[in-house]
Amino acid sequence: MFTSNPFAELSASIAPSVMQTYVIFMIVLVVGGTLYDILHKQSARYFFDNWRKVKDKGAKQVGGGQMVSLTVRTAAVEVATSAEFCNPQRRLAHLLTMYGFLAYVITTLAMVFWYPTPATPAPALVSALWYIGALMVCVGGYWFWFFIRVDVAAEGNSPFRIIRADLFILSLLASATLALVWAILQSAGSGLMDVALGLYLIATTVLFGSVAWSKFAHMFFKPAAALQKRVEEANGTRRNLPPPADKPATFGSARRLPRHY
Amino acid sequence: MPTFVYMTSCDGCGHCVDICPSDIMHIDKTTRRAYNIEPNFCWECYSCVKACPQNAIDCRGYADFAPLGHSVRVLREEDKATISWKVKFRDGREKDFVSPIRTTPWGSIKSPADYDRPNAADFKSQELAHEPDALNIETGLPALRPDQLKQGVV
Repeated sequence: MFTSNPFAELSASIAPSVMQTYVIFMIVLVVGGTLYDILHKQSARYFFDNWRKVKDKGAKQVGGGQMVSLTVRTAAVEVATSAEFCNPQRRLAHLLTMYGFLAYVITTLAMVFWYPTPATPAPALVSALWYIGALMVCVGGYWFWFFIRVDVAAEGNSPFRIIRADLFILSLLASATLALVWAILQSAGSGLMDVALGLYLIATTVLFGSVAWSKFAHMFFKPAAALQKRVEEANGTRRNLPPPADKPATFGSARRLPRHY
Repeated sequence: MPTFVYMTSCDGCGHCVDICPSDIMHIDKTTRRAYNIEPNFCWECYSCVKACPQNAIDCRGYADFAPLGHSVRVLREEDKATISWKVKFRDGREKDFVSPIRTTPWGSIKSPADYDRPNAADFKSQELAHEPDALNIETGLPALRPDQLKQGVV
């Protein structure tokens, strides 16, 4: 089951062109939603105004070569390893969800565009990665939802309380969970597989269509904010923060590592 | 001025929610980031400013003592046991301070739970908790004897 392409079996009832149109429509929704979000909140204007202010105040100028180096380091550290998270559980949950989502989306694109029918069988690895990606999203996402979410962990609210900020994580979990349920029901030949497919499509449309109102776009904004932080460290402004202290030898009363958080 | 959160830097970790003594730092329902729900109640104690791992919280001083255009930022580095302050004035002057977080080793202070439970008789005593030992007076507390009092005073 984990090496079968569920979209190839679906092509018997839904034409590959329809599936491909749907996927393209989802991509358009993401791009459009992000652009609308940027324009509506004027976040790009704020970002670039801040960028210019920081550049003017900096004691050191950041050159083109250094900029490239900072971009690569941001991508390799803050983006690829979610290094901004201080809580290791939160970081791990985010890594699982992020890489799971990437695997799930990329393999969906591959299966729908390059291997849409049984005549074009998908490599076992591609199909397996689709299942693994969806599973990783479920593991990381449900762990975050029930245990790590700040509403539950710090505010003490019930894990079943739903607020607008939960739109992204809930639609993502619904999409990944229903994808797996649909694939399992399809391989078992169950009559409920069409119901599962319908719910899967609804959840996926909500996920990609609600970009302007959910936290989906953080995957574009957070790397930009992380890069800006690195640039501010490099040009000396550091958001007006003091530099890291160099006096541990004088002040060192840290005889044991504190574990307050 | 009370504390405010830079929403682009905040990642909604909840440390400020945990540490605020006024219980006024909470999580926004739309963005799941922190914000000060009741600025009127803020003491500007800087607990949330120091606790934030992303340094996403700032506090602007009142205009009667802190001129407009200033900046006061703090960086708490627990692993180095230091707390650093940077004060910037609008005329360009900057003042930097670095202090130890504490002067005794971590874990060296006896917590309230480590002391013996008080007994009922202690409440009738004039001495406060941990007295007289906590006063560090080797000769004991000074006390007036009746013969030292003026005649006629009981």
